Amino acid sequence: MAAVATCGTGAGSTGSVVAAGSKNHVTSFQRRGPRASGSDSSYSRLVSIAGTRPSVRNGQLLVSTGLPALDQLLGGGLAVGTVLLIEEDKYNIYSSLLFKYFLAEGIINGHTLLVASAKEDPADILQELPAPLLDDNFKKDFDEEACNHKTAESNIKMKIAWRYQLLPKMEAGPVSSSRFGHYYDASKKMPQELIEASKWHGFFFPEKSSSTLNIEPCSLTHGYIKLLQFIQNIIYEEGFDGSNPQKKQKNILRIGIQNLGSPLWGDDICCTENGNSHSLTKFLYVLRGLLRTSLSACMITMPTHLIQNKAIISRVTNLSDTVVGLESFIGSERETNPLYKDYHGLIHIRQIPRLNNLIYDVSDVKDLAFKLKRKLFTIERRVE
Amino acid sequence: KCPGRLADYASAYVHRRIPGGPGKLTLLCDANTDGSFLVHHFLSFYLKANCKVCFVALIQSFSHYNIVGQKLGVSLTVARECGQLVFLEGLKSSVDVFFRAQAEPHPLQFLREANAENLQPLYEFVREALKPVDDGEAAWRCPVLLVDDLSVLLSLGMGAVAVLDFIHYCRATVCWERKGNIVALVHDSGDTEDEENNILLNGLSHQSHLILRAEGLATGFCRDVHGQLRILWRTPSQPTTQRDQSLTYQYKIQDKSVSFFAKGMSPAVL
Repeated sequence: MAAVATCGTGAGSTGSVVAAGSKNHVTSFQRRGPRASGSDSSYSRLVSIAGTRPSVRNGQLLVSTGLPALDQLLGGGLAVGTVLLIEEDKYNIYSSLLFKYFLAEGIINGHTLLVASAKEDPADILQELPAPLLDDNFKKDFDEEACNHKTAESNIKMKIAWRYQLLPKMEAGPVSSSRFGHYYDASKKMPQELIEASKWHGFFFPEKSSSTLNIEPCSLTHGYIKLLQFIQNIIYEEGFDGSNPQKKQKNILRIGIQNLGSPLWGDDICCTENGNSHSLTKFLYVLRGLLRTSLSACMITMPTHLIQNKAIISRVTNLSDTVVGLESFIGSERETNPLYKDYHGLIHIRQIPRLNNLIYDVSDVKDLAFKLKRKLFTIERRVE
Repeated sequence: KCPGRLADYASAYVHRRIPGGPGKLTLLCDANTDGSFLVHHFLSFYLKANCKVCFVALIQSFSHYNIVGQKLGVSLTVARECGQLVFLEGLKSSVDVFFRAQAEPHPLQFLREANAENLQPLYEFVREALKPVDDGEAAWRCPVLLVDDLSVLLSLGMGAVAVLDFIHYCRATVCWERKGNIVALVHDSGDTEDEENNILLNGLSHQSHLILRAEGLATGFCRDVHGQLRILWRTPSQPTTQRDQSLTYQYKIQDKSVSFFAKGMSPAVL
């Protein structure tokens, strides 16, 4: 607990130092840029939020997905105000793990969590989170508050070698002195005291479904309307949208929504081709509106392999900012294929947003595979 | 090499005077790639050309368009403040209209309705935004309606016919009555069997004077060539005595501009 607390304050204090230092790194346009919403208030104030860092590319504030390998592939992390859609693998094994990494990262950084599920009670999901990895190398990083040049070297353990060679040395500069992105041990559980010290809100659809609506039915399913109201309520009540000058929120709201679109949410798009084709897309649109106007970031897992109407998948993709697809080899012919024997599945980066920019940082390697070793989830370029 | 700035090149056609000619409908379309760079270019082009612009921005926030606009040399904040730009920020407005009942008709009020039949409130918004100013002196050149994008209206519950009707009404007001232009982006969903989107795309293609279609390369991702742009000039109201002309360029998007070159002539290759 003490180590994490040190890490937290360390991140905060070095963060504000970073604000002064990094003014030289980032182009000035995004400081002049007028920001319409509360989430885009002064640049230097935002950088001092624990667990965030500005993007090297466009100054956008980023949070870690909980998987540093994935952060690298997404151009540094997940941008605050955006949606990351994970297309679930067939048995929802690895997507559910990514979901847990995302939430665990929120707890370690002291972010507020909002966990929504129609299948599992959020309290149970939190009990299952992986423990942060604190072996010798990483413990040293936690203890040191000064700028840590060894961070880049410790990352060699993560096998994304090709990617590091191509990137400018962003990991070694002062921006990385505050800890961004942690590693988790999937075989151990998050310590109870960390979970209890964290601030979280749970939305378990079976518990909420009976209460009345105060929005007229508008082609959204009941579950989606209630979830939107819940999210909007938290954002407003806790000041994440900057609308209440009394509540100066300097924290990020991490929203995790599991299995969106599945029949458990009351949606029928996974059951029939002629299901309610607008409910999910309307939900995503209003959700993105809420995210863009608040200090929050959202990860959604969706069983797209079950959606019958392919047009909906393409619309859902257009309505999401970042889209990552997971394909596991379990039960497929690839499981026994010698080419794939070292890996558990493929990871497809389907879409990366161009935020505040005409261009984006897209990797030219499209063949990425992942494997879950005893402690680490690694992503590698698939070697032929 | 093609003259560098696409917006100038294509828009030069759009502004070519045709006797008694109404305004033009330009369709932007993307297939297997992101065509939003076209939207940014037309927005900055028309603002620099001193036109009055109504931008129905349904996909991204105001600050996103503004930051990119600054790279292209325009300030949306200034344009909005001095009345040149009327900006409908879809994402932000959707939150307002969805969670709170509005006293007056809201352009996006179809979000609250189970079976919204048409986009009349949105059309009224556009008409109001681009209505002539009464002070005698025209402060701005021709009015322009820019929409990013129309496909998302289908995702929000409107049928293709309702969206086509909306554009039809806008054309009547903006293009014919006010001699202005309309530029709208529609995604080409390709083989994903999105019937409604195909109806919308085909319907608009027939009505458009100019179609700019950004396509991902058939050979897949390439670092030096981001895609291919097809420009198609049409004369929808005249019999086909003139053949529709088309040109194809490949392009690469850069931080503050887009460069175009003939197929196979990318500087990386030569």
